[in-house]
Amino acid sequence: MKKLSFPSQLFFALGVFILMFFVAMSFGAADVSFKDVWLALTSSAANDNIAIIRDIRLPREIAAIFVGAGLSVSGAIMQGMTRNPLADPGLFGLSAGAYAALAVTIVFFPAANYFWTMVAALVGAFLGALFVFGIGSAVKGGFSPTRIVLAGAAVSTFLYAVGEGVGLYFKVSKDISMWTAGGMAGANWKQLQVIVPVIILGIVLSFFLARQLTILSLSEEVATSLGQNIFIVKVVLFIIIIVLSGASVALVGNMTFIGLMIPHIVRALVGTDYRFILPMSAIVGAIFMLFADTLGRTLNAPYETPVAAIVAIIGLPFFLTIVRKGGRALS
Amino acid sequence: MIHPAAIKKQRIILTVSLLVTVITVIVSMGTGHASLSFDRLIQTIIGQGTVKEELILFSIRLPRILITLLAGMALALSGSILQGITKNDLADPGIIGINSGAGVAIAVFFLFFPVEVGLFAYFIPLAGFIGAIITSIFIYLFAYSKHNGLQPINVVLIGIGFSMALSGAMIVIISAAERTKVDFIVKWLSGNIWGADWPFIWALLPWLVLFIPFTLYKANRLNLLGLNDSLAISVGVSIEKERIILLFSAVALAAAAVSVTGGISFIGLMAPHIAKTLVGPRHQLFLPVAILIGGWLLLFADTIGRNLLESPIPAGIMVSIIGAPYFIYLLLKK
Repeated sequence: MKKLSFPSQLFFALGVFILMFFVAMSFGAADVSFKDVWLALTSSAANDNIAIIRDIRLPREIAAIFVGAGLSVSGAIMQGMTRNPLADPGLFGLSAGAYAALAVTIVFFPAANYFWTMVAALVGAFLGALFVFGIGSAVKGGFSPTRIVLAGAAVSTFLYAVGEGVGLYFKVSKDISMWTAGGMAGANWKQLQVIVPVIILGIVLSFFLARQLTILSLSEEVATSLGQNIFIVKVVLFIIIIVLSGASVALVGNMTFIGLMIPHIVRALVGTDYRFILPMSAIVGAIFMLFADTLGRTLNAPYETPVAAIVAIIGLPFFLTIVRKGGRALS
Repeated sequence: MIHPAAIKKQRIILTVSLLVTVITVIVSMGTGHASLSFDRLIQTIIGQGTVKEELILFSIRLPRILITLLAGMALALSGSILQGITKNDLADPGIIGINSGAGVAIAVFFLFFPVEVGLFAYFIPLAGFIGAIITSIFIYLFAYSKHNGLQPINVVLIGIGFSMALSGAMIVIISAAERTKVDFIVKWLSGNIWGADWPFIWALLPWLVLFIPFTLYKANRLNLLGLNDSLAISVGVSIEKERIILLFSAVALAAAAVSVTGGISFIGLMAPHIAKTLVGPRHQLFLPVAILIGGWLLLFADTIGRNLLESPIPAGIMVSIIGAPYFIYLLLKK
């Protein structure tokens, strides 16, 4: 099969994205027509369906889009930077760090608003990542994929224990689990106003570093010999990873496997150049989350099937394939 | 042929760890929120205590001490085996999916299968055990490939994958449940020593009685499996068969322990490590030490957790808090 050129692939992906967006907007416990969706987005007309779209479904799908995009880009950067096919924010201790930080915030700063909750999640993600990566890069020659995944698992176990301990001791386990399992349902405009700009900033910034990331993904020696300042590039990329995954966790809770899965699919489509991988990951990630969320809302309507469950069910086989094929899922 | 000096050193370390364990047991018997002071301890043991003192010692503290000791031993042994067969010193039964398998099974059972109150206490560990076994069967099936047989490294990675997916499922199950039920499940997950009663001790003991001698008997095979595969084959080890048998022992031990104590990680990671640092990597030598240290670690963590704050901290959390710094130290050292 002849591969399409990148612009046409991008164009095609955007088409699918827009289609998926409309599908996501119109399917659900209350089915609304495409026409209503269109009216709600473009005009000031008002009826029940339009109200549903504007106040419930739109914020939720926007959350899905940005979380999907954010986690996928963050996963792609991690995989490129560490040259580790198994990299994923959930597997590397970032989600667990954000979880522990959320637990602490809920207990000690119950009055914290969205912004500060997000900051807390970011700090938590940073600490989690610092444990795993920082230690990984302190070791000469870095870690093998297996070793870093084990390190991530152990650090996650520890941070979840901290979160659980805090939750149990102050009797807020339920509130914390609501936060982390909430998925997109809890998303509202106020939250989005704070978090979405952060995610957009992170993604856009990552595009500027895509070239450097591609070189870095080959080998550090190559990057150095081509005159890159590896240290600065790595630090900036590291910050982007944390911002993207921390903000995503703050918005919808823990989502493992998205950051793992999407970049692998994308690489099969566009190759190994991160100038193509990153934008494509953002779009495909957004499509995937819209799809997962729509599935969650319609499978067992009017009850919701939590997105985390759907993602885990789709993601696990994917992870297994990558492990079995020794790093390549689709190629 | 093991050098006599190494054996002598091992004997000394074994004696010391036994001594430390006994001291910790005594301290643990004498501390807690109910009053049973140290000077009353001996009289209570020889049967001259008051009814209340006997109740505290024989029905509350002693079973808990024994169960933590036994569970710690089982986890340490399980971790030693896993590290041996995967050739990876970071393997731990808790990290590779056994805990979360047991956890999900218990959550599902607790929420959806109402059982008589009297039987409930016994069904919970049973559900956990079944969950852990089913999870490990899945892990095994996915890690097995026709061409390469059972790849130990894949066991670890796939275990972690399962662990993550199951944790996701867990959050989902919890979020749909009532507040009080959530508290119960989270407590279980964080390893609050659920089955601190005599029947559970009798349920856990046979596993240890069976598998400790068995693993020691297999010690030499474990040594060989730790070398490279072709070498092990060339001296006549049927690596595929040995791996499966040993993997099964590790899973059974961990599942039995976790089903009565709740989710506890890091013991299986730490104990073998400390033991190897003390007496070297020979399985014959370090296994007994690792088993003792594992029992002691969990007992120690639980004793602190029970007494540190007003409301007790689950042992699993205490272990994680002690274990994580050690783990980081390990990573940095390599």
